[in-house]
Amino acid sequence: MSVPQSAPQPSSPTPGEGLPILEVINLKTHFFTEDGVLPAVDGVNFSIPRGRTLALVGESGCGKSVTSYSILRLIQRPGRIVEGQILLHSTRSGTIDIAQLDDDDERLYHIRGGLVSMIFQEPMTALSPVHTVGDQIAEAILLHQDVSKTEARDRAIAMLRKVGVSAPERRIDQYPHEMSGGMRQRIVIAMALVCNPELLIADEPTTALDVTIQAQILNLIKNLQREVGCSVLLITHDLGVVAQAADEVAVMYLGRIVESGSVRSLLKSPRHPYTQGLLRSLPSLNHGRRLSSISGSVPSLGAIPPGCPFHPRCPHAIVGRCDVGSPPALEVVGPGHRVACVRVAELPAADPVSAESGRSN
Amino acid sequence: MTTVADSREALRQLPDREPLLRVRGLCKYFPIRGKGILGKVVATVRAVDDMNFDLQPGETLGLVGESGSGKTTAARCILRALSPTAGDVHFRQADGTSVNLATLPERSLKALRPHMQMIFQDPFSSLNPRMTVGDIVAEPLVIHRLGARADREDRVVDILRKVGLKAEHRIRYPHAFSGGQRQRIGIARALIMKPSLVVADEAVSALDVSVQAQVLNLLKDLQEEFKLTYLFVAHNLDVVRHFCDRVAVLYAGRLVELAPSAEIFSDPKHPYTKALLSAVPWPDPDVRMKFDVPGEIADPSRLPSGCAFHPRCPECFAPCKTIRPALSLLSGTRRQVACHLHSSPDQTFP
Repeated sequence: MSVPQSAPQPSSPTPGEGLPILEVINLKTHFFTEDGVLPAVDGVNFSIPRGRTLALVGESGCGKSVTSYSILRLIQRPGRIVEGQILLHSTRSGTIDIAQLDDDDERLYHIRGGLVSMIFQEPMTALSPVHTVGDQIAEAILLHQDVSKTEARDRAIAMLRKVGVSAPERRIDQYPHEMSGGMRQRIVIAMALVCNPELLIADEPTTALDVTIQAQILNLIKNLQREVGCSVLLITHDLGVVAQAADEVAVMYLGRIVESGSVRSLLKSPRHPYTQGLLRSLPSLNHGRRLSSISGSVPSLGAIPPGCPFHPRCPHAIVGRCDVGSPPALEVVGPGHRVACVRVAELPAADPVSAESGRSN
Repeated sequence: MTTVADSREALRQLPDREPLLRVRGLCKYFPIRGKGILGKVVATVRAVDDMNFDLQPGETLGLVGESGSGKTTAARCILRALSPTAGDVHFRQADGTSVNLATLPERSLKALRPHMQMIFQDPFSSLNPRMTVGDIVAEPLVIHRLGARADREDRVVDILRKVGLKAEHRIRYPHAFSGGQRQRIGIARALIMKPSLVVADEAVSALDVSVQAQVLNLLKDLQEEFKLTYLFVAHNLDVVRHFCDRVAVLYAGRLVELAPSAEIFSDPKHPYTKALLSAVPWPDPDVRMKFDVPGEIADPSRLPSGCAFHPRCPECFAPCKTIRPALSLLSGTRRQVACHLHSSPDQTFP
């Protein structure tokens, strides 16, 4: 994870391709409602290094889904991207600022499902109940590639096999209701990857699934990512999924990124009080002990507190410093590690949150 | 069936305390009917199949399993929201006498309802949007004709404070509350009857992690204050590990392992429990998930022969395919496992 101005990541696995796959610069997506303007995404900056997985985490209402919908320009009225750039550095089509495209721009259709594709949370609503899964996968191929119907069907079967669907020749003519939740999510993944996207957005891809199926799907996404070589933007609320599936992570709170860095530095030594609070609320790291929760709840977007938006819930907030002025900007605190907190230098660096309490199997 | 006898025998060996709830041979089968006008039964879904366990007063028992494992059906059968196909559910009343909820007529059941309450998963659909919070929380009192109007008001205010809400909240409607607050309203509604048994069906699953921690802490505090016994149905193993004293693991309608929480998580015995635990993503990048069990949960209308887990089990051997293992006590422990790897030969082959 890097701010857009900084030099390209040396860790980029495909040398020669200096640019990250996606740069989001000062993105603001606001919703204009009767009750006023709701800044769902308010000045978000991040970039996804090519071939890597960036996780966007946060609780409900923090703006992580609105961010991902903005990238595909799926925001509908009363929502609108009011500011910022979404730079897609495609190897196939060059650099495109998605934020600037008109709603009916041809290139948008080329991007959606072609260069950038998306896996949604609930596979049943992402699939059409009245078309066979084969037709739905083939539709994506026919839209983006110049092939015959038979060729599209063959590719769909090959893709189903790749995502671990047994007997794909038979499954391809089935309808989504004939399949289990895990199988449906495999179909959605097949649809998303069949056109070899350069960026895959996975919006809570395993939230509706059981842990065993979640483990299978996360492994599948990882293996396919390696095979296809695409980059992944993973939207999740689950820090366990982040630890297991992402390389970089950005924590969102009320439409802003409050902390970002490598998965290891952020989970092992979180610096923002909100990130620390999230980790301390996890039962897995605190079994037997009383959970220390974050007090209160997320304020509504219509009444974002002044100063640092987290200050009313923050145990370290100081009157006169944290509750005034504009929200703190992200500052570098370590290699690739950025925190938006005015007190970050004074507060204890590492929190005794780690797996020392141990998982034993 | 020897297996049932075996598991009952195992339970008799447990320390002789008086359980609040004693579940024996609980079964719930759903018939699948054909399309013809006669509606012939073409198959049977064994949603819950011969379940046995005890619940001690003041204890928290976690019922875990994947979707379709029958945990919600079991919880509903225990509360008689569903009528079990077979089996007994002995519930100990305040006076020490025991009643069998499974066979009790509907009329007598109503008198018992105040003592067993439920907290639901979805804080959005479990509260009537047209009723004020005060009316929602007071409704059980109204239904059971308890207390005068003024008295009810006092009890509502009292319980709202106990769950961390304010007295003035009672004149507002559910839509004005966040998910966590709504779950507190649901908890207040369950606890206003002063129940002894509370069944929490995925009570914190729909909540964000910071709010989930608040609600879990609240449930713990209330358990101490009101001496509650929880049957905690959940799929989130981290939450169960943190919250429950004992854990019962369900696979395809059958209990496969039942043990104290600390032991089951540190040393799972049943291969399915092992698989389930290995699939939990740990929030530490240095502890890698190593789940490699193929396939999905068995279809309860076409259960495999023998042990229902055998087609997916990495440790499957000959008897697993033909003989259904009984839930039996591991000698010298408080743990019960239904697996041929852990049963002594004389138990498996009588």
